[in-house]
Amino acid sequence: MTNKQLPVDGKGLLNNPQHRAIFFQILALALVVFFAFYFANNMFDNIESRGITTGFSFLNNTAGFGISQTLIPYDDGTSTFLDVFIVGLLNTLLVSVLGIIFASIIGLLLGVARLSSNFLMSKLALVYIETFRNIPILLQILFWYNVVLAALPSPRQSFVYLDSVFLNNRGLLLPEPILQSGSGAVIISFVLAIAAVIYLVRWARQRHNDTGQEFPILKVSIALLILAPTLVYFIAGQPITAEYPVLKGFNFNGGLTIIPELLALLFALSIYTATYIAEAVRAGIEAVPKGQKEAAKSLGLKDHVILTKVVLPQALRVIIPPVINQFLNLTKNSSLATAIGYPELVTLFSGTTLNQVGQAIEIILMTMAVYLTFSILISLLLNWVNAKMAIKGR
Amino acid sequence: MSDQETMIKMKDVNKWYGDFHVLKDVNLDIKKGEKVVICGPSGSGKSTTIRCLNHLEKFQEGSININGTELIEDVKVVRHIRSQVGMVFQHFNLFPHLSVLENLLIAPTWVHNKPRKEAIETAMYYLERVKIAEQAHKYPNQLSGGQQQRVAIARCLCINPEIMLFDEPTSALDPEMVSEVLDVMVELADEGITMICVTHEMGFAKKVADRVIFMDAGQVIEENEPNEFFDNPQSDRLKTFLEQILSH
Repeated sequence: MTNKQLPVDGKGLLNNPQHRAIFFQILALALVVFFAFYFANNMFDNIESRGITTGFSFLNNTAGFGISQTLIPYDDGTSTFLDVFIVGLLNTLLVSVLGIIFASIIGLLLGVARLSSNFLMSKLALVYIETFRNIPILLQILFWYNVVLAALPSPRQSFVYLDSVFLNNRGLLLPEPILQSGSGAVIISFVLAIAAVIYLVRWARQRHNDTGQEFPILKVSIALLILAPTLVYFIAGQPITAEYPVLKGFNFNGGLTIIPELLALLFALSIYTATYIAEAVRAGIEAVPKGQKEAAKSLGLKDHVILTKVVLPQALRVIIPPVINQFLNLTKNSSLATAIGYPELVTLFSGTTLNQVGQAIEIILMTMAVYLTFSILISLLLNWVNAKMAIKGR
Repeated sequence: MSDQETMIKMKDVNKWYGDFHVLKDVNLDIKKGEKVVICGPSGSGKSTTIRCLNHLEKFQEGSININGTELIEDVKVVRHIRSQVGMVFQHFNLFPHLSVLENLLIAPTWVHNKPRKEAIETAMYYLERVKIAEQAHKYPNQLSGGQQQRVAIARCLCINPEIMLFDEPTSALDPEMVSEVLDVMVELADEGITMICVTHEMGFAKKVADRVIFMDAGQVIEENEPNEFFDNPQSDRLKTFLEQILSH
């Protein structure tokens, strides 16, 4: 057997894997820098040749248009574009937070129903999930707005519930709580009740450690949270009253109006996102091996202990990351509201404001920065949760 | 042993999975302190039998009595029985999100309502006994299979059970770890706890068992004391089975 001579001497500079890696990294960096310069240069040339003003001074100019839903005081005549930005941001946050709450509740129930041994229930949940998950969200928003809500009757023929809740094509009208003097006591008592519950949880844990005795913490906490504010409410002479919507002429006066755009967006976002949350919940519960529950049962543990000490800690580890991602998706999807004119950030700022001011770069960058900030904050939260819930040694 | 009280009494237990008849008229009488080994081919119903004893499996016909308590479909009765019966699983089933020590504390503090401090003392005592006390603060996935199974045994002992059930406790272990688990089981047996063990470790059966039971196709085919069982099998099925497992 003869040794075959290597065709190269092994000294070629680019044959060394380390040298290769450095070479390609430098090449990639050079390309990125080149294109960045090229585009930036191009942009400044265009701005200059068209005579577009730059900078953020437009934010102090008066906006001069009306907005159908504002969470802060807003006036067509005097409010600035900065106010518009804040109104849009708050409206985005409003629909996102409400959407996250509803999507979580629906998703949790659906996920549990999906695992139910009841044939009808699990199949209904399956049909729901497969239907709403597979229709584009934009179409669903348009469906709720143009098909369902537009078909509602005029204010005079409203659907009425208990003479205080009205549903018509102008939106959903609810009684508005009016805080009078003394209502502070009710709010304070509620805050104190929350503090008491936190203390109680710690006390119960300590007592369980010391004596082994169990304390019905859930029942007592719920009772405390409901009873304390109710009691104070009556002692303080019922300081919180409600202003009811009243039909005057062709429309309602007073009360709290939830505009149809918000309703449609909320319906679509929660129903759509709930399908993904349901699947995450199902996957999480199924991810806990059967043997875990069997071992817990064979030790004689009660069902609520099995759930809270054995199943949930392992299931949540699987459930929480995708669910937080869905929260983020919901927030981003809320920008589709621009299709039905719900006054959130994209509609108001990247839409109306951009049309009036024309400073596309600043406006789009500001809007992007908002969503990017949301995303980064949620990612940080997610990393923290993941690190906290990781199982050691796996 | 005949004058001792009965610990487990299974009478004419029948169980079906759908149309499949898993247990056929299984009768079992086990006295306090008795060690019983159940063996048989896979799918013969041995695991199902012992899983019925702590109600991890339901049965459709017959009756089971554990230490004087009739096993009925009642949450409290079932919990009462489970708190007297420890079970060791083939795949350990330790709780991976809890440290070894916390695995041992969960039943004493949540079932027997012991103060944590007292429960820790008990837990450390049993960890000492299965020779693994120095691993108390590690997590199950950081331990070897043999160590995990010993922790699982200690977890059962912490509820101070009258009966220990072992469901193929060494089948999932690497060969060199089998003996460390069997050693612990032998020690336990010497202390007089009632024990039912589903296993194919025939050496263990010969050494420890008062009685060996052979099951096939959901029926108890033969039972005898170990020497007679291995040296003088009566039924053809047991003869074939013993030939197969002892041939190499």
